[in-house]
Amino acid sequence: MVGGGGVGGGLLENANPLIYERSGERPVTAGEEDEQVPDSIDAREIFDLIRSINDPEHPLTLEELNVVEQVRVQVSDPESTVAVAFTPTIPHCSMATLIGLSIKVKLLRSLPQRFKMDVHITPGTHASEHAVNKQLADKERVAAALENTHLLEVVNQCLSARS
Amino acid sequence: MAAAAALEAVAPTGALWGLVQDFVMGQQEGPADQVAADVKSGSYTVLQVVEALGSSLENPEPRTRARGIQLLSQVLLQCHSLLLEKEVIHLILFYENRLKDHHLVIPSVLQGLRALSLCVALPPGLAVSVLKAIFQEVHVQSLPQVDRHTVYSIITNFMRTREEELKGLGADFTFGFIQMMDGEKDPRNLLVAFRIVHDLISRDYSLGPFVEELFEVTSCYFPIDFTPPPNDPHGIQREDLILSLRAVLASTPRFAEFLLPLLIEKVDSEILSAKLDSLQTLNACCAVYGQKELKDFLPSLWASVRREVFQTASERVEADGLAALHSLTACLSRSVLRADAEDLLDSFLSNILQDCRHHLCEPDMKLVWPSAKLLQAAAGASARACDHITSNVLPLLLEQFHKHSQSNQRRTILEMILGFLKLHQKWSYEDKDERPLNVFKDQLCSLVFMALTDPNTQLQLVGIRTLVVLGAQPDLLSSEDLELAVGHLYRLSFLEEDSQSCRAAALEASGALATLYPVAFSSHLVPKLAEELGRGELDLARGDESTKCSRHLHCLQALSAVSTHPSIVKETLPLLLQHLCQMNKGNMVAGTNEVIAVCQSLQQVAEKCQQDPESCWYFHQTAVPCLLALAVQASMPEKGHSVLRKVLLEDEVLAAMVSVIGTATTHLSPDLAAQSVAHIVPLFLDGNVSFLPENSFPCRFQPFQDGSSGQRRLVALLMAFVCSLPRNVEIPQLNQLMRELVELSCCPSCPFSSTAAAKCFAGLLNKLPAGQQLDEFLQLAVDKVEAGLSPGPCRSQAFTLLLWVTKALVLRYHPLSSCLTEQLMGLLGDPELGPAAADGFSLLMSDCTDVLTRAGHAEVRIMFRQRFFTDNVPALVQGFHAASQDVKPNYLKGLSHVLNRLPKPVLLPELPTAVRIAALQCMHALTRLPTPVLLPYKPQVIRALAKPLDDKKRLVRKEAVSARGEWFLLGSPGS
Repeated sequence: MVGGGGVGGGLLENANPLIYERSGERPVTAGEEDEQVPDSIDAREIFDLIRSINDPEHPLTLEELNVVEQVRVQVSDPESTVAVAFTPTIPHCSMATLIGLSIKVKLLRSLPQRFKMDVHITPGTHASEHAVNKQLADKERVAAALENTHLLEVVNQCLSARS
Repeated sequence: MAAAAALEAVAPTGALWGLVQDFVMGQQEGPADQVAADVKSGSYTVLQVVEALGSSLENPEPRTRARGIQLLSQVLLQCHSLLLEKEVIHLILFYENRLKDHHLVIPSVLQGLRALSLCVALPPGLAVSVLKAIFQEVHVQSLPQVDRHTVYSIITNFMRTREEELKGLGADFTFGFIQMMDGEKDPRNLLVAFRIVHDLISRDYSLGPFVEELFEVTSCYFPIDFTPPPNDPHGIQREDLILSLRAVLASTPRFAEFLLPLLIEKVDSEILSAKLDSLQTLNACCAVYGQKELKDFLPSLWASVRREVFQTASERVEADGLAALHSLTACLSRSVLRADAEDLLDSFLSNILQDCRHHLCEPDMKLVWPSAKLLQAAAGASARACDHITSNVLPLLLEQFHKHSQSNQRRTILEMILGFLKLHQKWSYEDKDERPLNVFKDQLCSLVFMALTDPNTQLQLVGIRTLVVLGAQPDLLSSEDLELAVGHLYRLSFLEEDSQSCRAAALEASGALATLYPVAFSSHLVPKLAEELGRGELDLARGDESTKCSRHLHCLQALSAVSTHPSIVKETLPLLLQHLCQMNKGNMVAGTNEVIAVCQSLQQVAEKCQQDPESCWYFHQTAVPCLLALAVQASMPEKGHSVLRKVLLEDEVLAAMVSVIGTATTHLSPDLAAQSVAHIVPLFLDGNVSFLPENSFPCRFQPFQDGSSGQRRLVALLMAFVCSLPRNVEIPQLNQLMRELVELSCCPSCPFSSTAAAKCFAGLLNKLPAGQQLDEFLQLAVDKVEAGLSPGPCRSQAFTLLLWVTKALVLRYHPLSSCLTEQLMGLLGDPELGPAAADGFSLLMSDCTDVLTRAGHAEVRIMFRQRFFTDNVPALVQGFHAASQDVKPNYLKGLSHVLNRLPKPVLLPELPTAVRIAALQCMHALTRLPTPVLLPYKPQVIRALAKPLDDKKRLVRKEAVSARGEWFLLGSPGS
């Protein structure tokens, strides 16, 4: 599975991607250990949710491929909004929708219900940016995609912790 | 000098000029508030502000003019209460004139007018003048939302303070407003606009020829279709708009001719919310409409409502449809008729009957219940409607009952009949002969009796319910009917195990009907039950079988169930007591369970007597001495104890007697309670048995002296009585009593009596007012506990005393309670008493049933658990950490008892982060179990784990995310 590439099958689209360093675990601060202090949900926390998502075709995480970066996460805890921009490794990457879907599902499963989330492609980094964004923004399409056993299987693989 | 004064006069206006420049030319916002504050403090006048603005108000550049006017308007908004009438006149003239100005200027002009509309000094005539100017010069719907809102505010302000003046404008005002709001789309503005229209109508402004226009300009929003934007920035819900529009549409009969066709059309809509809104609006209209408004639309309205109720799958549509029909019928019933007018109610009801009655004849078909519900909704609207419909429907249903022979069909028909009968309870008929049910009474009774003898339990149940409803109709049933009914209820009260629901229903029905017909029940039911009880005694004497046993139990339950009327209690209570005495006479093999059953029955009678002071006293005065006499008799040392004598002294039997005595005491009035306490306390302290009904005993009754252990056990009965008394009843010989109780509580002979004594002491302590006496008793207890806890034979008794005294004090927030709790906590480390101390925390936190209850007038503060939790948990936790390994479990157990009894909302926020994290890690770890075991819980767990995703602590959220993620993957493809 690892070498052959997930759903793409056959040849990898981008067989030799650049690999980036992983950021370490977030250090625990004194404030985080103080029961009285509320910790607001910040960009790093969102980034930690999505950075370990597995890429559908490489045995690497989205962070290692630089598909997601902390600077491309916008979050406002009081307004309950999250926006995540992700950058496909190549402009014609056919996995873009799948990656977006995985990010979206991860956030749906991990964030309080009050959050309104927006997952989109970093502007100017993909050939069909607009179409992909539109699909990701469409709640019904996302729901329908997750009804599809095959697609759900791939998404779940991306979200499984690497053993 | 003069120069200085002149300088002073110039200085403030000089400063003003600077502020104005900063605002107008410098585009700074701060100076506006500064100027307003200076005007308020009197540094300069509004006139001076206008002068300082001077040129900018006339500047050829519209942006500068707008800025100038904006400053003036902002000052006015804060200072309008300071304005003089003369200033107001000038300002109004100025602003009205500016309405003609460039569109950039208009928002500021409107703000100024809004400030002036709030002005008390506004002279008469100017409000009208402002409105006319706005109507003429401003095209409101082309303004931005905020400015439209300002215009509505101006109108609202004027309507609040200048109603008469505005009414002087006649229908022009209404027309002007209609034009103004025409096309409004913003929900915030619509709420204000609807309010204005509602006030126009309800405060009786002239609508002139514009009724239809006013209707059109508002009804175009019906039905409301609005979804608030995410995050709901304005806090306006769909429901707010629906209700405020409905208030407008349903506010006047003058809209009826336009609104009713609209509602008829929208009820037919495909959209559920539109249907509901239409039906609810129709319902609201009926409150103000009369026959005249409804007349032309009745056939269509009925057709729509019928269609919805017949066809819908939605319970809400059905409920709203029925409510609308109810209101329509009520409206027609209420309308005052002219002598020559046709009564529409009759024809309307005839229509309903015609469309529904044939469905009632098909009890297996789908439309039978919708039809019945429609008819009942109409019949419930007025006495006239009720008569009309039931006089048509009842004969039909009675006939149908006999036509159909299957029990389930009969049940459906009887249930419908029951529905119509219940409606009759709403109306009272002055003239006995006019009561419409009289005609059907015989048929109804025979039908109910058929149902009661049917083998089908469901039909029997409906029969019982119907019987109760018939009985509730005043003067309907004859004494013969009642005798028959009682006979049936008697039979049903002895139904065997498989028809428990019927038996329970029959008992309840007996209770309900006995309050209305006590004579019928005393003459026909109680004697039969007495006979049955006598047979039971013989059976018991013979050594019975278990079936007899259940008959005995059923008989006891029937006796208590029927004791709902004081006159019946006077017969049943002696029966029950006599029965208990018979059991005591010796030749019966009565087991613990039989005696307890009698006590339970007595207790239920006592409960039924509580609300009636006379019955309450009767019960107390009769039952308590009798029970005490039996118990004292049983406690006498005697050769050859009868079996029962031992039975009466058993823990469980005494507990059952305790609950009878408690129930018979809590509701006594203080003076009657005082009479009783004057007998009962001397009985226990001095052995004064004179008030007992049978009082020749072989030896003295001395439970506190060296009486037998059997006598000491009866202190539980003393406890039941004295701990249930109202707080203001004085207890004689209290000092001696308390000392005896403390003594007995630490007496090592029998745990039952020492615990009873400790509880009794604690129960009394809890109710005593603060003061020297209380302190003395507390000292007494503390000393006793201290002495008892030192190594010796009565450590466990001393501990029990400590526990109960602590509880008594914790409940009332007594200052000493913390000291005693500490002592109790110290015992957690005691190798011998530790486990008992741990369990003691459960007792401290729980509600007792016999002493220290709110019902028994104990002082129980509502937040005592929370308080105990906050006061003691830190010490418990600390104790746990400090304790040696072998006693650690005691602390943990104590802690868990405290947490267990705590209301969850109090507990959850207190759980420290580490506990929440550990709990989530457990949830995560559970995913390693075999998936098939977990799958049934998956949806529930995923739902529950959504909450900690929003925990205030990040570390907790992190665990929640990983646990929830894993649960999502369970049994899902690809995991």
